[in-house]
Amino acid sequence: MSSSDPLRDPALCREVLGRIEEALQGRSLRFMEVCGTHTVALFRSGVHSLLPSQVVHLTGPGCPVCVTHESEVAAYLELAGRDGVVIATFGDLMRVPGPGGASLKQAVAEGARVEVVYSPFDALAVAKANPGDKVVFLGIGFETTAPTVAATLRVAKAEGLSNFLVMPFHKLVPPALDVLLADPEMSVEGFMLPGHVSAIIGTAPYAPLAEKYRIPSVVAGFEPLDLLQAILLMAEMKRQDKPRVVNNYKRVVSDEGNPTARAIVEEVYRPCDALWRGIGSIPGSGLAMADAYKAHDAFEVLGVELRESPPLPGCRCGEVLKGKMPPDKCPLFAKACTPANPVGPCMVSTEGSCAAYFKYQLDLA
Amino acid sequence: MGNKLLLDQGSGGLASHRLVADVFLRHLANPVLARMDDAALINPKGPLAVSTDSFTVDPIFFPGGDIGCLAVHGTVNDVAMLGAKPLYLTCGFILEEGFDLDDLERIVASMARAAKKAGVRVIAGDTKVVGRGAADKIFINTTGIGEVVSSRPPSGHRARPGDAVIVSGTLGDHGLTILSHRQGLSFEAPVQSDCASLNRLTLKLMQRLERVHVLRDPTRGGLATTLNEIAQQSGVGIHLEEPAIPVKPVVASGCEVLGLDPLYLANEGKLICILPGKLADQALAVMRRDPLGRDACVIGTVTAENPGKVVLRTGLGGRRLLGMLEGEQLPRIC
Repeated sequence: MSSSDPLRDPALCREVLGRIEEALQGRSLRFMEVCGTHTVALFRSGVHSLLPSQVVHLTGPGCPVCVTHESEVAAYLELAGRDGVVIATFGDLMRVPGPGGASLKQAVAEGARVEVVYSPFDALAVAKANPGDKVVFLGIGFETTAPTVAATLRVAKAEGLSNFLVMPFHKLVPPALDVLLADPEMSVEGFMLPGHVSAIIGTAPYAPLAEKYRIPSVVAGFEPLDLLQAILLMAEMKRQDKPRVVNNYKRVVSDEGNPTARAIVEEVYRPCDALWRGIGSIPGSGLAMADAYKAHDAFEVLGVELRESPPLPGCRCGEVLKGKMPPDKCPLFAKACTPANPVGPCMVSTEGSCAAYFKYQLDLA
Repeated sequence: MGNKLLLDQGSGGLASHRLVADVFLRHLANPVLARMDDAALINPKGPLAVSTDSFTVDPIFFPGGDIGCLAVHGTVNDVAMLGAKPLYLTCGFILEEGFDLDDLERIVASMARAAKKAGVRVIAGDTKVVGRGAADKIFINTTGIGEVVSSRPPSGHRARPGDAVIVSGTLGDHGLTILSHRQGLSFEAPVQSDCASLNRLTLKLMQRLERVHVLRDPTRGGLATTLNEIAQQSGVGIHLEEPAIPVKPVVASGCEVLGLDPLYLANEGKLICILPGKLADQALAVMRRDPLGRDACVIGTVTAENPGKVVLRTGLGGRRLLGMLEGEQLPRIC
């Protein structure tokens, strides 16, 4: 699996690693990557194992599966058992444990109808093929996935496809970062900002945060050189004490983001408070269906409610997501909680921080 | 004969006999099968290698093959990986009522071609027809019997520090083909299954290199899972160089799109050969002279460090674990 891509060039990467050491000048840098894909990229590329020891890596709330609240999992699992309901979902959610350890995978074994799809438009096709059933797409994901789901809803509405419903569980990143940074126990000194999310929202929403909390923040891509450059930029900003937001992923992210995608989201959804696992309710961090689309809202049509759901006993995913605890310091890590028997979602999702530590980190094995 | 399979054709009566004669015997004919006794009479020599496998692949036809040739290749390869010479196959069919008879014939003809190419005979079989919905179109079970040709057959327990780890070609082709067709996805360049019988290649390796320690075909779970099994069976570490692992660009980019790892995808025409490091060049020369091994390369070494683990050195020189596949690979959200 060799690559001629300069973004994976070992010599260039070594050079940037050297410059990170220089920029640190012996001090430490505690940085958090906000995006789960960054977590995996850091490990898969081997960048994580090459970083100087002063660079302390914290994982953040950037895996959409991981931040899906217990009560949201309970709500869709309740639907998965109903007659005349087909759940359509991305594969990530299949193994996520809900109350009592139940999951969609288990629901399927017990007779629930669940379709794993690659796109919300595939779910639309399932709805067309099953006119007698309600097909419920689980709208989980950040700003990245919301526009596609919104576009699908627009098509469903235009075509009068009343049996296509969505459970809107989308979450918005900037309000969550604000809550994290306001936490006095938070010890993050730099943010690696999510590339895919930023492609939609641009860089402006992060600027007030960088200013208010004086935190160096870099929008990063997912290749090894992208990751290293982001860490270098954070280290340099810290050394110069000039925190700001830098867009270092300009080949994909424009500073303005994608106005068309945002317009679709604004048409279909309205902002609402949302529940984040381990963090709780964050004002304005979710998307509820706009009135014009209520006919496609699974909560409305099927009478589902989010009910108080007890947190999973012993699960410390919340602290991991807030960067207060490295995954391997959780008492359950690799003992009671493994990818085969996950207690919390950080261990089950392919982009979960606990799963990444368990799967890739050599010295923990 | 109609176009769709009827329950009657699995009844054991005349309709069954006609199906067997018109489809199975016509394509798979050989003197042992033709006797139509309750069991096949064979006379193999020496120790035997026996393997059985069931094939339930969906879709049943895919670029590069179908469930029929896969049922032959898969079992032939399992027998061959013991350093044995596969000679005979038995096959059992579980067919769904209403299955298209033309498709059945295509599948059996494909099995016959694959068996002929591999030099094996189908000597016994069984057919059951189950009601609609009780099976998904067609399931095939094959059992392979082969003569062991080496006094020290290769085994997953025999990897030793200092051994070289060789693969016969590019990885993940079959797995990505099946997944992409199941989801109706297409890529810029076509992907095609690598399914093939590797017994002629393994026989050459066994004949020319006495000291082959391990032969394995990395099917479900892919290279990563198979090497983890070997590391655990042998109590050794396996160190891989990521840039040396051959993956076709279309497979690599397809996996990137779907959030899959080619090292965990199934292969149906590739083998892993582990043998003393000093014999690596000789093994490569033997493999590269065979069309099924022309892309063979050394991808790593067996070590005494990290017993039971597979460690990957990335293109950047970083190190990480390459663990076993947990459940099935699922596409990610973003």
